[in-house]
Amino acid sequence: MIYKDVIIIGGGPAGLCAAKMLADQDVSVLLVDRDHHLGGQLVKQTHKFFGSEKQYAKNRGFEIANILINDIIDKPNIEIMLGAFVIGLYKDHVMSLVKDDEYYKFKAKAFIIATGASEKSLAFENNDLPGIYGAGAIQTLMNVYGIIPEDEVLMVGSGNIGLIVSYQLLQAGVKVKGIVEAASSIGGYKVHATKLKRLGVPFYMQHTIKRALGKDSLEAVEIVKLTDDFQEIENETKMIEVKALCVAVGLSPLSQLLGMMEVNMKYIKELGGLVPVLNHLNQTSNPNIFACGDVGGIEEASSAMMEGYIAGLGVLKHLECPHPCHDQLIEMYHRELELLRNSNYGEKTKAGLKKLGGPYVE
Amino acid sequence: MRIKDHPILTFVDKKDITFFFQGQPIVGKEGDMIAFALHSHGIKTISYSQKLNRPRGFFCGIGNCGSCKMRVDGVDNVRTCITPIKENMRVEIQTDKGTIE
Repeated sequence: MIYKDVIIIGGGPAGLCAAKMLADQDVSVLLVDRDHHLGGQLVKQTHKFFGSEKQYAKNRGFEIANILINDIIDKPNIEIMLGAFVIGLYKDHVMSLVKDDEYYKFKAKAFIIATGASEKSLAFENNDLPGIYGAGAIQTLMNVYGIIPEDEVLMVGSGNIGLIVSYQLLQAGVKVKGIVEAASSIGGYKVHATKLKRLGVPFYMQHTIKRALGKDSLEAVEIVKLTDDFQEIENETKMIEVKALCVAVGLSPLSQLLGMMEVNMKYIKELGGLVPVLNHLNQTSNPNIFACGDVGGIEEASSAMMEGYIAGLGVLKHLECPHPCHDQLIEMYHRELELLRNSNYGEKTKAGLKKLGGPYVE
Repeated sequence: MRIKDHPILTFVDKKDITFFFQGQPIVGKEGDMIAFALHSHGIKTISYSQKLNRPRGFFCGIGNCGSCKMRVDGVDNVRTCITPIKENMRVEIQTDKGTIE
């Protein structure tokens, strides 16, 4: 058994910022990630971020990852374990993980769960054919490993992920054959959609995927027009020949580890699924367990960073070694979160947080 | 299928690594995950469903979904989207549940 004061699970924007807050403090920290590098999904984001300087706005996602990693990488009180897959979190505060086929057990006073989210799929005939990918998978393949999925791709979903990944496909020299959207209006920022329209990408509004066709892998996709109440219109279908389909229909929180600790959780549709109820320090109903980032509700990397700082401050306070500027910093990061959520696209998050209850409700 | 010119990213040419897929040599680049190295050669079908034998490729690419599980150097159910290639590694399509050992 290896003992630590704090264990952070997940080295994405939330986990990195939590670690940053604990750096140089009088606590021993272990930061674990199942990936072979830190940065989480920031490493595949090539677009410039919005927000304020607190969220490194105007920097590209992978650049933000590098800034945050550099801030914590050589800190004597932070141990980093990569390629480490956490398999359990138990009520006696033991966490077990596997790394390079070795099994390890750790015990900590407090845990920060920053596990992020996983991609949702879409139900249609043959949706398991090779050639159908989550949007994140295409970003990883293309932006991290430099491999294109195919020469032509069809996108489902016009939220920010669908729009941004479509633009990134064009940047990599891939033709986007269209963006299929079930709703009657664009889900993400209009500025991204306008850019794509100008580049000649067709938008199939009020359409969904009826079925995928192909023997060994995807060869064509049949799309169908929808009514205002999302019913398929039988005869209004269109066949699109394409070997790759990118599914960008949202994410759901990876909250299984929190489930193992039986913390108070609720299913909130607006936040993407099952999420923990948190107080103003991002602390769960178990005072030793904190959560930050997408695991607490699907938002953007910018808010995940702010929540990471808050969780870090919360843990320091909980371990009775509060940050000298605790109150000021908590207030500041909550104000930043509020600003981010007051933008046009924070409505859903705010509605979700209201249902969830807790400190984010006015 | 590898990107050569990109307006934002630079991809440095990495060392070639040869591994074996179904007994055939495949050349990937150092640091590639197995599933992505195969994809760069147009190999998309990397597993089959257990009951209906339907072809499967990788879906999430970050180790969440399990659609990319293969037999790697004799070990079953390895998530090939998060496992890097190694020289002479043997990668095989798995059609059953696999066994421990």
